[in-house]
Amino acid sequence: MIWDVDYDAPAGKLIAIVGPNGAGKSTLIKATLDLVPKVSGDVRVFGQPYEEQRTRVAYVPQRTSVDWDFPVSAQDVVAMGLYKKIGWCRPVTRRWRIEAREALDRVGLADFSRRQISQLSGGQQQRVFLARALVQRADLYLMDEPFAGVDAATERAILQVLRDLRSTGKTALVVHHDLQTVADYFDHVLLLNMRLVASGPTAEVFTEENLRRTYGGRLALLDQVGTRLAEGQ
Amino acid sequence: MKQLLSGLVVAVLGAIVLVEAHNTSEEGHSFRDWPITFSIAPQATTVAHAPEVPTANASPPTPPTLLSRLWRVLSLRDYNTRVVLLGTTILGITAGIVGTFMLLRKRALVGDVVGHSALPGIAIAFLVMEGLSPGTGKWLPGLLAGAFVFGVAGAVSVMLIEKYSRIKPDAAMAMTLSVFYGLGAALFTVVQKVPGGNAAGLKTYLSGKTASLITDDVWLFAVVAGVVLTVTMLLMKELTILCFDGEFAAADGWPVFWLDTLLIGLVVTVTIIGMQSVGLILVVATLIIPPASARFWTDDLRRMTLGAGLAGGMSSFFGTIMSALFPHVAAGAVIVLTGACLFAVSLLFGTKRGVLIHWWRQRQLRREVGRVDLLRAAFELVEHAVSAPIPEFDELTAHELSLADLLMMRTWDAASLQRLIIAAVREGLMHPTGKDTWRLTRSGAEEARRLARNHRLWEMYLMKYAHIAPSHVDRDADLIEHVLDPELVAELEYQLDHPDDEIPQSSHATSVSSLE
Repeated sequence: MIWDVDYDAPAGKLIAIVGPNGAGKSTLIKATLDLVPKVSGDVRVFGQPYEEQRTRVAYVPQRTSVDWDFPVSAQDVVAMGLYKKIGWCRPVTRRWRIEAREALDRVGLADFSRRQISQLSGGQQQRVFLARALVQRADLYLMDEPFAGVDAATERAILQVLRDLRSTGKTALVVHHDLQTVADYFDHVLLLNMRLVASGPTAEVFTEENLRRTYGGRLALLDQVGTRLAEGQ
Repeated sequence: MKQLLSGLVVAVLGAIVLVEAHNTSEEGHSFRDWPITFSIAPQATTVAHAPEVPTANASPPTPPTLLSRLWRVLSLRDYNTRVVLLGTTILGITAGIVGTFMLLRKRALVGDVVGHSALPGIAIAFLVMEGLSPGTGKWLPGLLAGAFVFGVAGAVSVMLIEKYSRIKPDAAMAMTLSVFYGLGAALFTVVQKVPGGNAAGLKTYLSGKTASLITDDVWLFAVVAGVVLTVTMLLMKELTILCFDGEFAAADGWPVFWLDTLLIGLVVTVTIIGMQSVGLILVVATLIIPPASARFWTDDLRRMTLGAGLAGGMSSFFGTIMSALFPHVAAGAVIVLTGACLFAVSLLFGTKRGVLIHWWRQRQLRREVGRVDLLRAAFELVEHAVSAPIPEFDELTAHELSLADLLMMRTWDAASLQRLIIAAVREGLMHPTGKDTWRLTRSGAEEARRLARNHRLWEMYLMKYAHIAPSHVDRDADLIEHVLDPELVAELEYQLDHPDDEIPQSSHATSVSSLE
């Protein structure tokens, strides 16, 4: 449940979404993607309604949102990012598999393309998800906690990919939990705790004062009203 | 997984109960249709091969031996045997393939809901048709249409309850299933009171009528199976993304709701048709057991789908043959039990996730760990004995290792150490030189050097980068060195800037000397 988030993301930047647990970081991303119902609000991507701009947006869900026991290989998962381009009822041909393998190479998993996904480490699984978003060749990337619980090599690989994306003029909105690295990794920051606390360039917004306001506990009344609203739906 | 297993157990128990029930049931004449249908077939008119022909009161029929009956069935001499086998096998294959996606969508029980929900549909269809024009109540397409409508209604109810209330899916399914079934049971008491409403005919839908399938039924199966399989194959990719990551699919613009609906539509279709073979109570088993079995053999979705089709086809085929041999046992139940046997075999022997292969891999790993420990102990023993900091190759092969010395090196008991040594001797890493003494062979010495080197590189890495105290580093290195592959070792050499073939000194030695 989040309220009153009025935010214009600057294009071509790496933007962190920061806030405590239950602040609505994932919800914000899912609402943007139309995955959770909005009571009111409007999402525009590059000036157009989201519906018309779907193909320019790529989504990296939380790693824990799927069952990694599923009988597919890393390459198969990455190819899912290409399904839209392949089109209804058409099989995944060689050409697409090569494209998927190239994306795996970009995240340092070239040798793992045939491996069943449960036999990958957590960090490698996260990179597979990233590769799946990369093959979508979007302009806006929405990532839900890509750095959560990953090893150092994965963290480096993801950061490299993010910087590559920025250098080619792409935008990334990343839910991030590690306050230590926010200033190093991101240009802009969006502080969230059930409502927008502050947003803007990291140097200006990522201050102790703002962080205290963000992490100052849950807003009991807002929470209660929110629950009631959800029940009324 | 647990849920799946318990589901299987329930299905199998259900089948067993049905077998029992029909052995004692007086209405269970549909299962005696086997000999009757046989007797219709031209070759089957010989009295000897038609046991229990109802009118056989002149001379007592000689009961055929099991072997001769087996031969009759397997040789497919009877037209009816062929028809029945073809029909059940088609259904088995189709149910297995569609069930794969149901299993992966984690909706294994939807088939059960659909099956149970169909019951009132059959009763209502019968009552409506009988009301419109008496005598037409058992018209098959009408009954199937009624079953279809109610099957869909059941599945949709579950989806709606899940969506608009906080009731969890399992509770939603349990409620829907039992309420619809209850409605069906109630309506059937009405049906029985309708003139001409001999419910026995309708009740075959409950437990199937395998033995009395006719050519027209099989044609219907074939057409439906063709359509269902074509749709599944065409939408393989779309169903895969739906089952793996529905949220991503939705964000990517796939119509997830409609894909879900389509999948349920396929399941309802298979269920309604499959009902005629194994009955609506057991139909869920033909949807779920085959893909669950196939999963033990492969990690690839395409192969799993094909495997599930194969497993479904096989259980139906062999189940039907078995039921022909034992005509008093409900055929549907035998099919399900055959499937359960296939599942048990897969669980044990499956090449990807079977219990035996898992056990074997664990054993191999334990042996590997034991081998590494032994060789490193030997290396360190020699290291302690010789004066030079790192033992030379010749010293490694020359030194005599005694059981007592080796026992001191680690906390292991004599019995397991002796087992390890026997294995090492068999592998040519050590050779005995007397009672309870051994020497390393050349290959043993090489391997010992390599392992000691890996171990110490890792120790150095831990101390340098992970800031682990030298006194603790050995224990941590022990845990990890068994998984050090050449690639990782190369990375260690690079990070520690360590030349190619040199063995570092033990960390304990260095830490002691640095303290002094």
